Amino acid sequence: MLEPTVIGHLLGFSIYEGLVYGFLALGVYLTFRVLGFPDLTVDGSFVTGAAVAAVLIISGVNPFLATLAALGAGLCAGLATSLLNTKLRIPALLASILMMVGLYSINLRIMGRPSVPLLREVTIFSLVSQLPGLETRLVHQLVVAVVLAVIVFFILNWFMRTEIGLALRATGDNEQMVRGAGVDTDKTTILGVSIANGLVGLSGGVVAQAQGFVDVNMGIGMIVMGLASVIIGEALFRPRGVARILVAVIGGAFVYRLIISIALRMGMRPGDLKLITAVIVIIALAIPYLQKKIRREWMPPASRW
Amino acid sequence: MSENKSLLKLKAITKVFSKGTIDEVTALDGVNLDVNNGDYIVIIGSNGAGKTTLLNVIAGVYPPESGEIILNGRDITGMCEYRCANSVGRVYQDPHVGTAAKMSLEENMAMAVLRGQVRGLRAATNKQRRELFRAALAPLGLGLEERLSALVGTLSGGQRQALALVMATVSKPAILLLDEHIATLDPRTAKTVLDLTDMIVTREKMTTLMVTHNMELALKYGNRLIMMHKGRTVVDMNEEQKANLAINDLVVAFERAAGEQLTDESILLGHH
Repeated sequence: MLEPTVIGHLLGFSIYEGLVYGFLALGVYLTFRVLGFPDLTVDGSFVTGAAVAAVLIISGVNPFLATLAALGAGLCAGLATSLLNTKLRIPALLASILMMVGLYSINLRIMGRPSVPLLREVTIFSLVSQLPGLETRLVHQLVVAVVLAVIVFFILNWFMRTEIGLALRATGDNEQMVRGAGVDTDKTTILGVSIANGLVGLSGGVVAQAQGFVDVNMGIGMIVMGLASVIIGEALFRPRGVARILVAVIGGAFVYRLIISIALRMGMRPGDLKLITAVIVIIALAIPYLQKKIRREWMPPASRW
Repeated sequence: MSENKSLLKLKAITKVFSKGTIDEVTALDGVNLDVNNGDYIVIIGSNGAGKTTLLNVIAGVYPPESGEIILNGRDITGMCEYRCANSVGRVYQDPHVGTAAKMSLEENMAMAVLRGQVRGLRAATNKQRRELFRAALAPLGLGLEERLSALVGTLSGGQRQALALVMATVSKPAILLLDEHIATLDPRTAKTVLDLTDMIVTREKMTTLMVTHNMELALKYGNRLIMMHKGRTVVDMNEEQKANLAINDLVVAFERAAGEQLTDESILLGHH
């Protein structure tokens, strides 16, 4: 059985991971759910954020600025994907796959080699560890994650209720209506996909500093992980309203991370993690159709794009 | 602005679909139209006459192959849809097109009231705007003003179409386009929405183009009647000319103008 201290550590670590990967999940929520834009850029932009933060930190830039730069780098990746979609009319899924592949090379260029260690560099975590009264590594991670999450939550919760934020949300619901109300839906799409990947880049930048290294392959499967978090959050909390949705998505990332941590502790091979995540998402996506099939209701064939 | 001043001018508008292929269709074939300020024009015609294409061209959904569109003295030919939308309000045949299902009534209204304005970082809904939404929805008599936070997807088709109508008109666009907007509603709801349309158009003296399939409506509503056939306007009657008209006279007028028998039953019957 698990010791109480182990359980405490497990919970604390899952909260930290849930918050940090929650940024990524929020990005995925923004594209897949709010905009209806299936964006796979995430696997690339996560690493881009991590790589930019790492390289800047190694060259002596303030880690907070480096973290902000990670957000900016992700933003640029999202900007490129959305421009491919809106200005060159390439379907969203394909545009984002193209960006994901292209970003792999860009990430390697930024890093200079496939793996960049951050040991003994000044990161946001090592800065926080100098504050009085903060003992363990887990506490540092929790403090950073909570502060960042609160900032991100308040900014998104405010922005989504503004006139521009409303137009962005409405674009995913009914693009025709939004254009009919005088809004350029190209612009709202570009804005939304950019912000989403900015959040993903931020997540990558923070994760890199917490784990102490960047690997060019660390982004593989991030999109599926983000989707799993979103689906779990929606299923568990059934949220309505901007604020509750944001909390639910981060909560979903927490539950997902908790499940994974427990499974690993119970002896699951780390290598099986991605398959299990994929299966979770497959089940969640298949349920609506299977339910309808049992009730003999009709459902249109899945779109090919 | 004084009455009878020209608001919208279409000059020799041509629209061809699938150009250069065997499917080539000339949807609009040199349409000329002069719409005066305050006009309430009803456009009828059989399937494929070019009615919806005409509205799409005015709304900037696609540019015409040739011709000019002048709105308020400004050339808007080829202007894209979202820019046109600043001066054009529109209600579609399908209630789902004009409203966003997963958003609340007040969020839908907030999108609509900002037509023609720069959207910024102010809160999309606030107390003052909610009052405005209530005031705009109350005259419908459907109780929608009490359900501002309800999701639009929970409304009935008729309620959604009434909401779409308010959304298209609340910011007082220069011109209102109604594209068979009651065609998919059941007869009773259709009458309600039509009465609401008449009330809003009359109250705001809104310049309106209403496309319909229904000759009875065409005779009852509006101050001008236009009939389209094969991408051309073949009949154009003012209020006096249509005042004492019966459906049969309209059929005769059409046959004389188009030079052929009217065969589309749905337009002949004129009833639901």
